Amino acid sequence: MIDYRSHADLGGKDGHGRVIPEPEGELFHARWERQALALTIAMGATGAWNLDMSRSARETLPDYRSLSYYERWIRALERLLIERELVRSDEIAAGRMLHPARPGLSVLRAAEVPATLAKGSPTWRPPAGPARFAAGQPVRLRAAAVTHHTRLPGYARGKIGHIEALRGVHVFADTHAQGLGEQPCWLYTIVFSGRELWGDEAARSHSVSIDAWEPYLEPVS
Amino acid sequence: MGGAPNPDVIERMSDMDHDPHLDHARNELPEMDLHVRALRTVLEQKGYIDPATLDVLIDTYETKIGPRNGARVVARAWVDPIFRNWLLEDATAAIASLGYAGRQGEHMVAVENTESRHNLVVCTLCSCYPWPVLGLPPTWYKSAPYRARAVKDPRGVLADFGVTLPDSTEIRVWDSTAEIRYLVIPRRPPGTENLSEDQLASWVTRDSMVGTGLPKAPERP
Repeated sequence: MIDYRSHADLGGKDGHGRVIPEPEGELFHARWERQALALTIAMGATGAWNLDMSRSARETLPDYRSLSYYERWIRALERLLIERELVRSDEIAAGRMLHPARPGLSVLRAAEVPATLAKGSPTWRPPAGPARFAAGQPVRLRAAAVTHHTRLPGYARGKIGHIEALRGVHVFADTHAQGLGEQPCWLYTIVFSGRELWGDEAARSHSVSIDAWEPYLEPVS
Repeated sequence: MGGAPNPDVIERMSDMDHDPHLDHARNELPEMDLHVRALRTVLEQKGYIDPATLDVLIDTYETKIGPRNGARVVARAWVDPIFRNWLLEDATAAIASLGYAGRQGEHMVAVENTESRHNLVVCTLCSCYPWPVLGLPPTWYKSAPYRARAVKDPRGVLADFGVTLPDSTEIRVWDSTAEIRYLVIPRRPPGTENLSEDQLASWVTRDSMVGTGLPKAPERP
């Protein structure tokens, strides 16, 4: 997709105002939000798409910025269902099934919920080769924009940081989101000084780290 | 020139327009309630979801998986140096030994606050959060103000939560850009030497495990 555009890359953007704290017990603000959570997890468990595809569907919603969190979940869920022809839009409008179901989905049963949640979807994979970079090494984060889902935040692009930790080999979100397979690669924690990211306006003594897959990194000579 | 509007200008304007109360303002939309019901009916009729599964999922995140799990992890680390070391070395395994594992906590890393360093966790790209130990993320964690400012002005964000740290304390921000999930181990408050592990757990707030708060004495009933 050439016109891929994420609306979710918010790190460092100005003008969003202050943060409003919330008491610990407040989980949902409407009944439909509970349903949005449960429907999204239950449909995710069918294997019709993966979590990276789900994130990609959310971040590219054209009205992302004006939607609440669970509205984004519902809109993205509908998009994934329609793209895969599991549901058609006339059915959502009518509120009932109008076309045959697509067979072959693995339906999550109530009794399987605890074990399924406890297992999760680990992304760690056995390494196929050695890591290209070592802890302590300086690296530059890829500067070029990409035209697909990525997990390299805009504020870190082209910036120089140091490798703090190797996190093993993990499913590569960029390819996984595009349906191009897991293509596992080494994952690193890269730490940047506030000054490197934000210049002189950076607060005193603050640093930021991201977790970045090897294809995001370039050596610094 | 003229014609096409400058996308940067539009983006800034929509940033300014953004209402941090969005989730609260839009939550009771009756049309969303109807819409989600319609979607649920279609998915049920198609046989993609089991209605009993939805109830179990909601109950799990309302009553079983929440920040009290993480509080038990922190309290154990405070009283048991061997567990603390294990947690810092292999958080996934140490946390699993207390029964918390799985979805959105498959790969855990624990980061410890000290006199000289305070840790703060964010996900600027979406809302990644360690579900097995903290449950569902609060509204502010998912909001544009937090995601935008945490990496650039962490002291300003802490001030929104009423937290002020000495200038000499380094603030380290962890942007959860991959599938590693971070749990902050806050500092054990002075004067709690004689408390039991259970009593200590009641001092550990959700916010203190994200880094936006500090532990505090539980309110007496």
